[in-house]
Amino acid sequence: MKNRLLWPIVALVALLLLNLIFTPSFFALRIQDGHLYGGLVDVLKNGAPTLLIAIGMTLVIATRGIDLSVGAVAAIAAAVTCVHIGTSPDFGTALAGMAIALVLCAVLGLWNGFLVAGLGIQPIIATLVLMTAGRGIAMLVTEGQIITVNNNAYRQVGAGFVVLPVSILISLAVLGLVAFTTRKTALGMLIESVGVNPEASRLAGVKSKTIIWTVYVFAAVCAGIAGLMISSNVSAADANSNGLWIEMDAILAVVIGGTSLAGGRYSLAGTLLGSLIIQTLTTTVYTIGVAAEVTLVFKAVVVITVCLIQSPKARAALSFRKVAVAS
Amino acid sequence: MTESPPPVVEMRGISLAFPGVKALQDVDFRLFPGEVHALMGENGAGKSTLIKTLTGVHTPDSGTVQLAGDAVAFSSPGQAQEAGISTVYQEVNLCANLTVAENILLGREPRKLGGIDFPAMRKRAAEVLSRIGVHIDPASSLGEHPIAVQQLVAIARAIAVDCRVLVLDEPTSSLDAGEVAELFRIMRVLRGEGVAILFVSHFLDQVYEISDRMTVLRNGTLVGEHLTSELDRRALVSKMIGRELGALEAIEEAAEKHQADGPVLVRAEGLGRRGAIAPFDLDVRAGEVVGLAGLLGSGRTELARLLFGADKADSGQLLVDGKPLHLRGPRSAIAAGIAFCSEDRKGEGLVADLSIRDNLVLAMQAARGWTRPLSRRVKDELVEKYLAALDIRPANPDALVRTLSGGNQQKVLLARWLVTEPRLLILDEPTRGIDIGAKAQIQHLVTTLAAEGTAVLFISAELEEVVRIADRIVVLRDRHKIAELDGGASLDEVVGLIAGEQLPEGVAS
Repeated sequence: MKNRLLWPIVALVALLLLNLIFTPSFFALRIQDGHLYGGLVDVLKNGAPTLLIAIGMTLVIATRGIDLSVGAVAAIAAAVTCVHIGTSPDFGTALAGMAIALVLCAVLGLWNGFLVAGLGIQPIIATLVLMTAGRGIAMLVTEGQIITVNNNAYRQVGAGFVVLPVSILISLAVLGLVAFTTRKTALGMLIESVGVNPEASRLAGVKSKTIIWTVYVFAAVCAGIAGLMISSNVSAADANSNGLWIEMDAILAVVIGGTSLAGGRYSLAGTLLGSLIIQTLTTTVYTIGVAAEVTLVFKAVVVITVCLIQSPKARAALSFRKVAVAS
Repeated sequence: MTESPPPVVEMRGISLAFPGVKALQDVDFRLFPGEVHALMGENGAGKSTLIKTLTGVHTPDSGTVQLAGDAVAFSSPGQAQEAGISTVYQEVNLCANLTVAENILLGREPRKLGGIDFPAMRKRAAEVLSRIGVHIDPASSLGEHPIAVQQLVAIARAIAVDCRVLVLDEPTSSLDAGEVAELFRIMRVLRGEGVAILFVSHFLDQVYEISDRMTVLRNGTLVGEHLTSELDRRALVSKMIGRELGALEAIEEAAEKHQADGPVLVRAEGLGRRGAIAPFDLDVRAGEVVGLAGLLGSGRTELARLLFGADKADSGQLLVDGKPLHLRGPRSAIAAGIAFCSEDRKGEGLVADLSIRDNLVLAMQAARGWTRPLSRRVKDELVEKYLAALDIRPANPDALVRTLSGGNQQKVLLARWLVTEPRLLILDEPTRGIDIGAKAQIQHLVTTLAAEGTAVLFISAELEEVVRIADRIVVLRDRHKIAELDGGASLDEVVGLIAGEQLPEGVAS
């Protein structure tokens, strides 16, 4: 287990050090009004939604599935909440809006679960439906407008601080909860069992369908909370851009963390590291001043490198070459 | 032997260790052209590992491999194949979604104008198939054919190239008698052409019928190389298991029958499923072993799957303790105390990437639901108990099941169901592809369970085995139940029924 996490850790440390070289004050932390500020805190704060979605994605991927609809679901959650809040500054209205949004997300998760477990549609196609349609739903909810709100209670979700940013506290709490629930109960083992061999699991009496259904609902709720964070941070809901392409970052985070897309054994600690790597990478792009037009290329190069150093074959080839050069 | 030609393959001092296991230690192996050489040993003795070392799947930690006198070090099966070493593995490793012709010539398709020349490919494939007497449409998709035919296609694929060495790892485990005879005919033809054939089988009859020479392995070490004609069976078995013939005696012991007059536990009334098995009646009593005999494809597995709810019946009903039970799926069968060990260990039985511990408790945990996890202590007790009771090796609960040998995997699967203390245990081919020691243990276990009151439905392609341990034998042919014989039935009677002879008088049909 430790071994598996070694290379993601190396990659993260390398990225952080790169930042330190370009921005000597990157590691500096300062306390202002009881809040912690600094480059590292920014990474945590901005990475919170990706981490949260990646947690849900980890469980989905462990069952051999994938959920492409999380970005769209995040946008729907943001849209529903902001429309509900409208111009109200009330705490209660914000809370009700968020509750309605998350219940709706759970329903959307049920829909995905129905397509995958109920009808047996391949997950990538099943969730592609909501990935496309979801943005449309969000547009309908917002009537194509960017909905701005001015509600202090809602602002706390994405922009608030309790020493650390509230958003990262939420994500870490969910991470802890999931780790506890899956490892202290038998859920983790059953999820892995379904992911490794669905037919053998069925014949052993595992309720494969219920488990698959559960992970899609959970992933959708995670996506909903992430959507709240994103829109709360800017006090606005934008159906077009909230959570756009975040599913890709989340999938990447899961894979970098060492969970195989083929399903089966998963690593939540790996997903945490993967999310931090993705966010640090995004931050790095800004701090070292990569030109906007090559940003994506830069990201791609780093991601490929991280994937390669995790591959035993690639490492063997590299070290072989080193030996050959030395001799 | 001084006059024999130089060996085509010579392996010397091969050692290979996996994490925690010394798979091979200082093993020598030779293979001469124009001979069938049997590689013998129990499960986990290192047969498959040695083969994989020869074919480039594994790289040995030490030792040398020579092919026709030249030192070679294959780093992939492809390289070994180019050098003339073709392999057919125990499990069919083909692509079910491609056609037969594509499978046979995958990677060496005839080409025309930069594309694949499909007519030429089908023609070439048909030639290869007819060489081994298999008459199927090369353009049909492989998945449509039964496993036995797929196995023959795998052999066709292996001999479609000019091969100097043909490795057959358990090629006969899913073939019926006629198909085995056909395979042996092919092997003799190839042997006559000077091909060196390395043959692995757990069927001693077959080994003695076809092989010229044998190498015996035990626990990853070389026991010896012998001419088949100079080593009798008892001597071979004792070399394989490394002790006196206790295991064989255990099988004899298992032959003791016991009277089953317990209450009817499970009754099928006209249970059937179209295309799988015609409606049948069946009673299984507590404490009896019911054997299912029939050829491959006679409906053995299909019958078992209906009793377990793995497939849904479309006619008839199932009664447990006299009360109708509507099976919605395996879960309701499990709740009624029915357990099913699938013949397809890899595909439908074990969860290869999970540990022995997880696999062992899976069924019990699934029955409890995820919210009521078994405590670590209970799990450890169960695992410890069954690792010892079934002699599962390695006795390391954290070892991944994928790393175990076939016999030990089978035992883990059995243990998973024993943990649930089933009332009816359905065993589909529990002894296929496993060594004689493990086989004896499993047969012994079956009789012990029955003596303790468990009903066992025992399915095996080895009729001797069915006749030996079953208290009652149900005979199937062409997806119909054709007869039920009591435990005193002889092998001849069963074979006669299967072969389609008239029912002897006095036998209930």
